[in-house]
Amino acid sequence: MTSRKASKHSFENSLKRLEEIVEALEHGDVPLDEAVTLYEEGIRLSKECAEKLKATELRIRKLTKDINGQFELTELDEE
Amino acid sequence: MLFPVSETEKNVLTVSELTRRIKQSLEQAYPRVYLQGEISNVRQHTSGHLYFTLKDEGAQISAVLWRSRAVLLVFQPQDGMKVIARGSITVYPPRGHYQIDVDQLQPLGIGELQLAFERLKQKLAAEGLFDEAHKKPLPEYPDRIGIITSETGAVLQDMRSVFARRFPAVEIVLRPVRVQGVGAADDIAEAIEDMNRYGEVDVLIIGRGGGSLEDLWAFNEEKVARAIYASRIPTVSAVGHEIDFSIADFVADLRAPTPSAAAELVVRDRAEILDVLRNICYTMRAHLEDRVQKGREMIQTILSSYSFNRPLDMVRQYGQRVDDLDRTLGTSFSHRLRLERQRHQAVRDRLEALHPTNVLKRGYSMVRKEGKIISSAQKLQEGDRATIQFHDGNVPTTVQK
Repeated sequence: MTSRKASKHSFENSLKRLEEIVEALEHGDVPLDEAVTLYEEGIRLSKECAEKLKATELRIRKLTKDINGQFELTELDEE
Repeated sequence: MLFPVSETEKNVLTVSELTRRIKQSLEQAYPRVYLQGEISNVRQHTSGHLYFTLKDEGAQISAVLWRSRAVLLVFQPQDGMKVIARGSITVYPPRGHYQIDVDQLQPLGIGELQLAFERLKQKLAAEGLFDEAHKKPLPEYPDRIGIITSETGAVLQDMRSVFARRFPAVEIVLRPVRVQGVGAADDIAEAIEDMNRYGEVDVLIIGRGGGSLEDLWAFNEEKVARAIYASRIPTVSAVGHEIDFSIADFVADLRAPTPSAAAELVVRDRAEILDVLRNICYTMRAHLEDRVQKGREMIQTILSSYSFNRPLDMVRQYGQRVDDLDRTLGTSFSHRLRLERQRHQAVRDRLEALHPTNVLKRGYSMVRKEGKIISSAQKLQEGDRATIQFHDGNVPTTVQK
């Protein structure tokens, strides 16, 4: 759960980063060796994203409050 | 006609006492009633309290809505409007008057609800709650999606299957609420506030399935509208069917025609995203190759460029210049030499012309005595021996007088 939290927005961030990389490569003002590094980073990110898209299980949790007003997350039972 | 006072004396009541008893029994008998009737004679006192009469074909009753309640109304009560009032019966002794003390007032029937809807819509629009400028963009790829709806029923299942099909990597956080009836609006507004305090979702879907206008009414309540407006998390409203419009729809950052459509709007299809990724990879590769190709061309250009070859060029140029100078130097030197030679010849000619031998050739002769040239007649005496020099030889002689 913590790893999930740590990777908050990761998909969106990864895609944003990918767009930045494409743009940097597009403008062609980065030195060639830097362009190669950017390309490698881009390939790695796109693989990560594609990997994430393969997930099959949708996770649903329920947000409730206990008597002290503290939030609780509980797994929602399948159907 | 008199009654026998002595017998009835103990049963005689004062007006106040009777009124007190009536008040007590009425108020105990009707602490809460729901009363249906038509409004007439509405007047709003400067104090803010609202006074009117509720009536039907056969009867009427005075009604009062205290200011604290009147300000919460989502519509403006008007004469002729049919309503359901909730309240308690109270008696006002100074006037011997009973009335209903209303704490909730709802329009009855579609016409009135529509009216209330329009009024609230106008009010909130005037306040700027529907302004486009206030609308937040939805995240393109949310990781966590908050859903505020009923835990039971088809809506959640419908959305769930859309998410599972399109983008199962998302996580759903459900906040169950009542979506119709008493307390639904409070539930929904609180849930929106809670989700904002919880803060771990990227987008909020607020909705329910189809139903009558009364069923959907909670989504037309002001407190729900205000909670949506105050939400820092982008909101998507998904109330009823395509044709149903709610106040929540106008306030939300995005209106979805149905809950399933909301799910489709919030996440992109993974096949589509895979296409995007493929496209990104292709573009990156193309740009990099282009970059390498450009680099190659640049090197080629540099190798063959004037500036790159300039050092050699310059050597060649200087070489040529030296040759030129050398040639020029040679030319001018020989010219000078010729001139000098001519001058030299002229001097020699002149010198030669002056040579004594040449003079002798022209018919002159020189006389020498004892080797010395005699240039005066006085220097010779009779009998002196001298030599006459001609250009072709000497003749010895003796001076005679």
